[in-house]
Amino acid sequence: MIPLSRLQRLEAESIHIFREVAATCDNPVLLYSIGKDSGVLLHLALKAFYPAPLPFPLLHVDTTWKFREMIAFRDRWPQELGCKLIVHVNQDGLRAGVNPFASGSRLHTDVMKTQGLKQALDKYKFDAAFGGARRDEEKSRAKERVFSLRSAEHRWDPKNQRPEPWDLYNTRKAPGESFRVFPLSNWTEADVWDYIAQENIPVIPLYFAAPRPVVERDGMLIMRDDDRLVLRPGERFESRMVRFRTLGCYPLTSAVESDATTLPAIIAEMRGSRTSERHGRAIDHDGAGSMEQKKQEGYF
Amino acid sequence: MSAALQLAYPDEADQQALAPGQASLLHFLTCGSVDDGKSTLLGRLLFDSNAVLDDQLSALDRDSRRFGTQGEARDFALLVDGLSAEREQGITIDVAYRYFSTARRSFIVADTPGHEQYTRNMATGASTAELAIILIDARKGVLPQTRRHSYIVSMLGVRNVVLAVNKMDLVGFSADVYQRIIEDYRRAVASLGFTSIVSIPICARDGDNVASVSGQTPWYSGPVLLDYLETVSVDAQPDADHGFHFPVQLVNRPNLDFRGYAGTVASGVVRAHQPVRILPSGQLTRIESIVTADGALEAASAGQAVTLTLTSEVDVSRGDVIVAADDALAPATAVTARLLWMVADSLTVGQTLLARIGTASANARVARIHHAIDIHSFQAHTASSLGMNEIAVVELTLDKKLVSTDYASDRTLGALILVDRMTNQTVALGVVEPAPGQPAREVSQDPGGTVAPKRAPGWQAAIVRVLGAAVLGLLVIALSGGWLLATVVAVAEVGINLLIGWAVWGAWKPGVTAAADNDAVKV
Repeated sequence: MIPLSRLQRLEAESIHIFREVAATCDNPVLLYSIGKDSGVLLHLALKAFYPAPLPFPLLHVDTTWKFREMIAFRDRWPQELGCKLIVHVNQDGLRAGVNPFASGSRLHTDVMKTQGLKQALDKYKFDAAFGGARRDEEKSRAKERVFSLRSAEHRWDPKNQRPEPWDLYNTRKAPGESFRVFPLSNWTEADVWDYIAQENIPVIPLYFAAPRPVVERDGMLIMRDDDRLVLRPGERFESRMVRFRTLGCYPLTSAVESDATTLPAIIAEMRGSRTSERHGRAIDHDGAGSMEQKKQEGYF
Repeated sequence: MSAALQLAYPDEADQQALAPGQASLLHFLTCGSVDDGKSTLLGRLLFDSNAVLDDQLSALDRDSRRFGTQGEARDFALLVDGLSAEREQGITIDVAYRYFSTARRSFIVADTPGHEQYTRNMATGASTAELAIILIDARKGVLPQTRRHSYIVSMLGVRNVVLAVNKMDLVGFSADVYQRIIEDYRRAVASLGFTSIVSIPICARDGDNVASVSGQTPWYSGPVLLDYLETVSVDAQPDADHGFHFPVQLVNRPNLDFRGYAGTVASGVVRAHQPVRILPSGQLTRIESIVTADGALEAASAGQAVTLTLTSEVDVSRGDVIVAADDALAPATAVTARLLWMVADSLTVGQTLLARIGTASANARVARIHHAIDIHSFQAHTASSLGMNEIAVVELTLDKKLVSTDYASDRTLGALILVDRMTNQTVALGVVEPAPGQPAREVSQDPGGTVAPKRAPGWQAAIVRVLGAAVLGLLVIALSGGWLLATVVAVAEVGINLLIGWAVWGAWKPGVTAAADNDAVKV
């Protein structure tokens, strides 16, 4: 037999994880955040259970500040694949007027994403939630298990994680506890793009370079996705050739200048890049250990 | 050697040419005692291989000023110590996985904690590694934790070790100090069955002999660390050479027309239409098809996640194991395992825990502690209980039949965890020992002191394979009544066996499959 390639090994490992959850948890859900990692996650999930349909729904926690292109993609692609999609918005946060401009990135993310996620998990009583996080993204993620146990209050205890040898997962939990499960733990950004190219997985056009209206603010290039982005004195929009390496809430996600309009060009640009993928995500830089803090509080 | 054997076992260079993809990924871990500089070394490796990007580097400089233990200089450990508690205390608590690539190879690295208290996290990192970098502080030499970590990596199947003698600057780059340490270490681990121990004098903080040759060690002529990691040939996974084992993970039954058994091939190769046996029930049937989302496969090998359909209606559920019809694997209600106990409450005889092997679970009563291992001498001694981070060979009695086999022949069905049913904590990990009276891991001590397995002469192995194929052929006749099919299967069996022998020859080289076991720890 020909030895498995790196992508084949990663794919098999992820499929194994999906099946393990389906076999041992009562009510799993796939956290679908519309980006490239979610696209790979969904593709792998469908492979894991073929020829059966996906045995769990998708959940999108909508902060109401996602790029319009993301929402259009969300409302079309999973349905075409025959998946059930649940969209949850934290209505309390919305009523309180929380938004990334007035409230700041930290509060906005906590209320609309973290609290919103916890509301949805509690409402539907999901006991396992798949996420597309990868260990190569961030230092505290590098420390997280594939099966990450959360208390009934959704807290992560990084100092007391279960040992997780081999791929022999301890899937037991007490009533009320749940798992966050990360099938892409061992994938890198390069693996994700290589796999998207190999499997021909559709991604949002925002990943490809195009002339877009942006404003320079706090060292970031923010794209005007709708009228809610109001210019400060001295600021102006200009059209620049940009693309996005990661996608989140549009006021908190920096574009990068790029000429990469094709998949091979994106892959070549990424391999030559001198900055990390999450560099353009404001919420990662809210203070030292800020990702760990958010994760302890229940952020994915 | 006969011509046939030349065909079956070409030299290693040919094998590498066959499998460039396999050689391009290396899983390794860094381990050793507290403050030996494991995280610093890994940070340095990432930095020297250009894996630290500009924004991460400026964050590192910021963090170094705030938390650093290196004065004004960069504290490379802060690149990998990702938890706040770790950065505050300047120690590593949990295993971190890092990913980097050079032009020659991709690496997955487990950076593991040195504190005895966090041995469980070190063992987690070791369980998937193919090579271990064991660090030693040149001022301190071989410490108890060096021995413990060496034992654990050996127990978990790691055969290649790099002994990195760190902080050489603090002993004036003394060749004598270095020489004494590597001799101490080799003596200490002589019984652990490592097939290669490469020692390198380094200063991780300044990068001496990490990615470039140090001017401070003119007496050292060996490789620098990164070069060695890029080129070292580690054991090919031996699993493909063993019988076909498939723990059933999930029954896939979307409608009345389809019933498939999803799982990952643990060892060996499965082929469409091959006769198989379901364990523990023992029912015989055949593979109908190997289903994947990318189409049906003719064959699948160890590591592939597939869905199998069978030709007859048999009772199969999660936890069952599908094996080749002629496989000798037998379910049992007892298992002997070498355990690492990982929690503060002691393991005691009579205690009942939940054992998980492959996809199956059973209640396991600790029937007997056969012997415990002294971590300083690696000698066996009797014990009535087992404390945190202690290692022992333990007999477990199960409340139902489970399928397991020794770790050396199947890394999936030979691995287990024990879970406390009250707290749900993972309290032990273990590797299954060969069944009593069955020396599955043939290890002999040669006069030079290196450990090498006995291997049957090649012609004997060839006869065994041909006989095995004949038996398989007869079995196919019995099941299908077709002579033609039987002949085809038998010929294919011989051919595929030879091919497998060729592909995994690296794993068959004398010494490579030497087991963690050794005479010193047997009573």
